[in-house]
Amino acid sequence: MKKIISLTVNGSPHELAVAPNRTLVDILRYDLGLTGSKKGCGIGDCGACTVLLDGLPVFSCLVLAVEADGHDVLTIEGVSDGPNLHPLQQAFVEQGAIQCGFCTPGMVLNALALLNGNSDPSEAEIRRALSGNLCRCTGYQKIVEAVKVAAKTMSASTVRE
Amino acid sequence: MSDFNVLNTRAPRVDAHDKVTGKAKYTDDLSVAGMLFGAILHSSLAHARILKIDTSKAEKLPGVKAVITHLDTPGIVFGVSPARYDEQILASDRVRYIGDEIAAVAAVSPDIARRALDLIEVEFEELPLILDAQAALAEDAPQLHDRYKRNIVQEVHWHFGDVEAARSQADIIRTDELTSKMQDAAFLEPQAALASCDGRGYLTMYSSTQAPHYIQRTLAMALNLPLHKVRVVKPAVGGGFGPKASCSSMELITCLLAIKTGAPVKTVFDREEVFLHSRARHQFYHKMTTGVKKDGSLVFLEHECTLDGGAYCSFGIATVYYAGSLLGGPYRLANMKYDGYRVVTNKPACGAQRGHGAVIARACFEVQLDRIAEELKMDPVELRLKNVREAGETTCNELYLSSFGMKEALEAVRDSSVWKSKRVSNRPRGKGIGAACGFFVSGAGYPIYQSKTHHATVVTRVAETGGGVIVESGAADIGQGSDTMLAMITAEALGIPLSDVKVHSGDSDLSVDLGAYSSRTTLMAGWAAKEAAEDAKRQILEVIASKTGAKLDDLDIKAGFVTCKTEDFNIEEIRHDHRLEHRGFRGVALSGPLTFAEASRFAFHERGSIVGTGSYKPPVLGGSFKGATVGTSPAFGCSAQVAEVTVDLETGEVTVDKITGAHDCGFAINRTQVEGQMQGSIQMGMGEALMEEIKYDEAGRIVNATLAEYKMPTAMDMPPLEAIIIESHEPNGPYGAKEVGEGAIMPTIPAILNAIYDATGVRINELPVTPERIREALKKRG
Ligand code: FES
Ligand code: FES
Repeated sequence: MKKIISLTVNGSPHELAVAPNRTLVDILRYDLGLTGSKKGCGIGDCGACTVLLDGLPVFSCLVLAVEADGHDVLTIEGVSDGPNLHPLQQAFVEQGAIQCGFCTPGMVLNALALLNGNSDPSEAEIRRALSGNLCRCTGYQKIVEAVKVAAKTMSASTVRE
Repeated sequence: MSDFNVLNTRAPRVDAHDKVTGKAKYTDDLSVAGMLFGAILHSSLAHARILKIDTSKAEKLPGVKAVITHLDTPGIVFGVSPARYDEQILASDRVRYIGDEIAAVAAVSPDIARRALDLIEVEFEELPLILDAQAALAEDAPQLHDRYKRNIVQEVHWHFGDVEAARSQADIIRTDELTSKMQDAAFLEPQAALASCDGRGYLTMYSSTQAPHYIQRTLAMALNLPLHKVRVVKPAVGGGFGPKASCSSMELITCLLAIKTGAPVKTVFDREEVFLHSRARHQFYHKMTTGVKKDGSLVFLEHECTLDGGAYCSFGIATVYYAGSLLGGPYRLANMKYDGYRVVTNKPACGAQRGHGAVIARACFEVQLDRIAEELKMDPVELRLKNVREAGETTCNELYLSSFGMKEALEAVRDSSVWKSKRVSNRPRGKGIGAACGFFVSGAGYPIYQSKTHHATVVTRVAETGGGVIVESGAADIGQGSDTMLAMITAEALGIPLSDVKVHSGDSDLSVDLGAYSSRTTLMAGWAAKEAAEDAKRQILEVIASKTGAKLDDLDIKAGFVTCKTEDFNIEEIRHDHRLEHRGFRGVALSGPLTFAEASRFAFHERGSIVGTGSYKPPVLGGSFKGATVGTSPAFGCSAQVAEVTVDLETGEVTVDKITGAHDCGFAINRTQVEGQMQGSIQMGMGEALMEEIKYDEAGRIVNATLAEYKMPTAMDMPPLEAIIIESHEPNGPYGAKEVGEGAIMPTIPAILNAIYDATGVRINELPVTPERIREALKKRG
């Protein structure tokens, strides 16, 4: 039996009929066409499917679509401000934190959640926060550097505001 | 100041923006109207005869559009090396590992496809299992394939120089062993394919591949289609590291289902299938006997290796040759003997993985060098410096080193890690530091199939509307950044800004490029891109010269403008025409030097399409001995690393505190990306040294086929990585560039092992060096 759910994704409301066993990542990817959320394992081991659910990072492959009913989802497609990259995305681009890019959306969202709660994380805090997001390409070095750079630019811009 | 406008900078990747916003499309992100979903029935037994396959129930399930078995693929065999085609798309009479493909389904939803698989009934008769290489080689072992006597797919017997004669010159002779476990490449994107066939019989497959050209050939051969009617397109790919370089049954099955149903079909592996399909690192058993003189100079190496390669040959022939050939460098070593055996067992087939064939061999040898240094009471870095080769030398197995910054790399890591002051006898308990070197090809000298083919071609199409160029190449960007490399080389060679170059790549319709393997793309496709850009530039300047009367030699294009050495360069008419046809456009040049937009548009007016072409084919390489082709390369990369570790002497836990790496990439096209390749290589090497291991139960089933149980480094495990770029200016590479993608993994495992020994005083000869293995060794030593 399908159930009607309504959720907000990247600021837009959606109403969907979903089977009870469907996961959030699947409806994002295959029903809403938001393929930025990646599926590296489907069972909560890699972090590629990370999205923010009411501001908190979750593995969307472990969240049932029905559980997202009434909640607010942020995917990678909603991070930038129109054509303008978020400072965190900008830092990923400039620091060379992206290679194959398959881990990137999940990394960015997890790092975003970290920076939202901690504007000046230490290197150890960054590494701990990202430890559920596997990357096989970069050695994590430039990802960690990008988060540090983003933390600086983000706090500099808040000071200015 | 650098002589370059674009090269040697830290320009962001051309695909970074799309990847960071989620716009980049990987194969599973693609969907087309009416698409069906493929699913594959894998063998649940590691070795069995198939008595019966009954698909009737599956066929009746509503939503199922096709079920295929070996009856749909009669007599077809394929594989990697044409001399060892030993795989069936779908098994007809026998399965050889848990995961072997038996049947496949196309259905209207992934769910229905998987449910249909459950309805397929297969009757097996179990056969005796062979789960390790020694058992495979035993006299009375059951034979996995009729053609592989004693289960040996390929053996190698090489002898360079004279090891027997050299033995008497050695003051110290040591024998050491190292064994490893099968590994998984663990790229983040599971394999996926989307195939469709049009009414005229043209087949198109989008696939998460590293090598569109080889896949195109295998599809055409196996499916009996004309090559030009098969198109393989590589969208964004989430890492490959080797296993995605060969055509898989899954790709063939997806095409077969598309042909049979007349509908587009997409198949996506789940993570367990990625592990089952494997084609990743072999299991190696190395034994090396090395002789040295008192002064540390190497005299001979006698090397035996057995490779457990799982159920099929895959890349195995190349792997067993690589395991021997690359030890010829980076040191002066005149006498070398190698006996290698690549065997089959009832486990998933192994293939190529980053540092193909050479990684564990290198680890064994570099650890042995440290043991020799200890016996000689020599500093291990000094021992290596004493033996390293220089540019212009040829190894005993006839590999010519046209550029070679080995010494510089070793000195760089020694100095940057402050080696001398850390390598002292009174260092804190459990702290250790170790060094090692590495050596790798910069592109295989020969294609996988016997051919005089060009290895890479590039077409640079000047935009007919003027202003930019489109680079067309079959090269495969799988994350390593080859699209950015192609764009940067084109921009530099043509003299235009990077932002005016667009790259279309990874499509077998565009050009022949052998693919992303053997660290070949920068040297080979980069060379072709440079040639194509120079060709386009020359054509444009010829038109400008003939119009303006300037001498061709006086003209150049730089940073988007045409320059002329003489004052009387009259561009008025070109500018006038350009302005006339751009009424209403903003930013049209009114004064100043002739722009590339004006010049390229004018060239089109005069000549029609301006297309530059370039191609790369290596010179004839290699000696005359059997197997001499594997290991040849137009250039060789080399690297050195220093690892610093802390070992908890109670628990055996190893913390890598820092790795300092230096790699000679000839010339860094993009500095950020060279560092990125080094850092990623170190991460993979560190995982292999300390944690990565595919584990099997006695039925031949992988027991850790998930990314949680297959342990690999996370952000918390990885230490700070210092990447030092060495540039030796390779004469055979574009702008002096050569490889970095694989060579940089070579020193990591031995540097860590040597550091662990330095910290603990115990040697562990079995990878990965887990805490249990360290505790055991410490206990044994007492
Ligand atoms: S896909 Fe969700 S954690 Fe891997
Ligand atoms: S960039 Fe490839 S997995 Fe992280």
